[in-house]
Amino acid sequence: MINNSEILQTIEMIDQQHLDIRTVTMGISLLDCADPDIAACRRKVYDKICSRAENLVRVCEDIEHEFGIPIVNKRIAVTPMALVAAASEASDLTPLAKAMDEGAKAVGASFIGGFSALVSKGFTPADRALIASIPEALASTDIVCSSVNVATTRAGINMDAVRLMGETVKAAAEATADNGGMACAKLVTFANAVEDNPFMAGAFHGTGEPETVINVGVSGPGVVHNALLAVKGRPFDEVADTIKKTAFRITRMGQLVAREASKRLGVPFGIVDLSLAPTADIGDSVADILEEMGLESVGTHGATAALALLNDAVKKGGVMASGHVGGLSGAFIPVSEDAGMIRAVASGALCIDQLTAMTSVCSVGLDMIAVPGDTPAATIAAIIADEAAIGVINSKTTAVRLIPAPGKVVGDTIDFGGLLGSAPVMPVHKLGSDAFIARGGRIPAPLGSLRN
Amino acid sequence: MRAIVTVIGKDRVGIIADVCSLLASNSVNILDISQTVMRDYFTMIMLVEAPEGTDFAALSALLDDEGEKTGLKIRIQREEIFEAMHRI
Repeated sequence: MINNSEILQTIEMIDQQHLDIRTVTMGISLLDCADPDIAACRRKVYDKICSRAENLVRVCEDIEHEFGIPIVNKRIAVTPMALVAAASEASDLTPLAKAMDEGAKAVGASFIGGFSALVSKGFTPADRALIASIPEALASTDIVCSSVNVATTRAGINMDAVRLMGETVKAAAEATADNGGMACAKLVTFANAVEDNPFMAGAFHGTGEPETVINVGVSGPGVVHNALLAVKGRPFDEVADTIKKTAFRITRMGQLVAREASKRLGVPFGIVDLSLAPTADIGDSVADILEEMGLESVGTHGATAALALLNDAVKKGGVMASGHVGGLSGAFIPVSEDAGMIRAVASGALCIDQLTAMTSVCSVGLDMIAVPGDTPAATIAAIIADEAAIGVINSKTTAVRLIPAPGKVVGDTIDFGGLLGSAPVMPVHKLGSDAFIARGGRIPAPLGSLRN
Repeated sequence: MRAIVTVIGKDRVGIIADVCSLLASNSVNILDISQTVMRDYFTMIMLVEAPEGTDFAALSALLDDEGEKTGLKIRIQREEIFEAMHRI
């Protein structure tokens, strides 16, 4: 029998510390929707999303009621659309993004990811068509997310794709200039993208996945922060131990929800993603955890070490709590979605260089960062190249989600609303990277030994 | 199915009676009950058994309404969530 203090502790975590299931994401293979006729393909995509995800939202809501745990997002991830579209010779793939948007809305999902291309070594014609379609596809849909994988540890970095993504991010911002460059908040450029990530904007359903699958992402920065209040001033061994125990509890809850959702939907369980995902709500911040460890502000010296400890301890605690762990599994540090990060940027304590250093020890990269609207495409591409290099060399996933908001300058703030939060515009280095990006070609895959 | 009902709020006369009669009228059997009052703050935890096929959403909405009327927070949650979080 569970004792009363354990019951009340759980309730307090949910009520006051923002413990929730961040997302239940259903992966759906669309490989069988390929068709030489793009209009037929569009119909098949819509129909398949509607039929497979028909009960997703209802089942998640039932689970929320029965277990008293909020499931913030019910999402869908589909096969990278460039693979589905390869059978057609269409140059504009926006209709397929619209089919995703309409299908996901019809079943009540909050986001759908997979308007994606995997181009770490090179492009198929469909990959090029997809990337060219991204600005219009994201501007003309509401809940579609797009991602492009430009590098892997085994293939190296496709610098032609890096250059193209710099230009695409700029074009996406321009296409949604009235909306603060909103399209860029739904566009991720990856290195070492994973096939089973339940989190947006980077979720897609990889080709190694089953027909359908349920992946779950948990949250809980507030719970970890609160647990650390009990070990103020104690050595790091105790900090790590406290985080592990907390992560174990959070993940067990995620595992329970994943198992229930999988059983009720008749869809195989894939993974629980052990990421600590913040929101812009007060008390739901990863930055707060780092500051609780003793930093005056996130961004000062020591932040990388603090984040490394946090990230590792979350995994160690979580991995025993779940049958299958996967996805991104690491602490997220999105600027606009974390009240503590926003505070640190606004006060000048946190700059893009420190954020880049932090991404070498955590998931997932330079995430939800607003930069000046006049940032050149080559500079954005160079930032992507830096992040891809960190991912490729360290055999981890890294990503870039920058928003060069048109007309905005350092000191302005862009408000995206909801989970996406608001982002203070951060300065980037003014010196150019044009000649570097203009070279193109591929940066070769790194050596797997002699690791220093 | 087994569930945990928690009632938290300011103490007054008849809280237990009200919650118990609401549960009874929905065929929910109370297996165990414990309560404490700390500085006027009332906490009651009940282990209950609801008949198979109980509409959980409706029952939790009923309890929510009852709590709202009387200034209490009344929750019903399936027992498994607590076991998952606190037992290996």
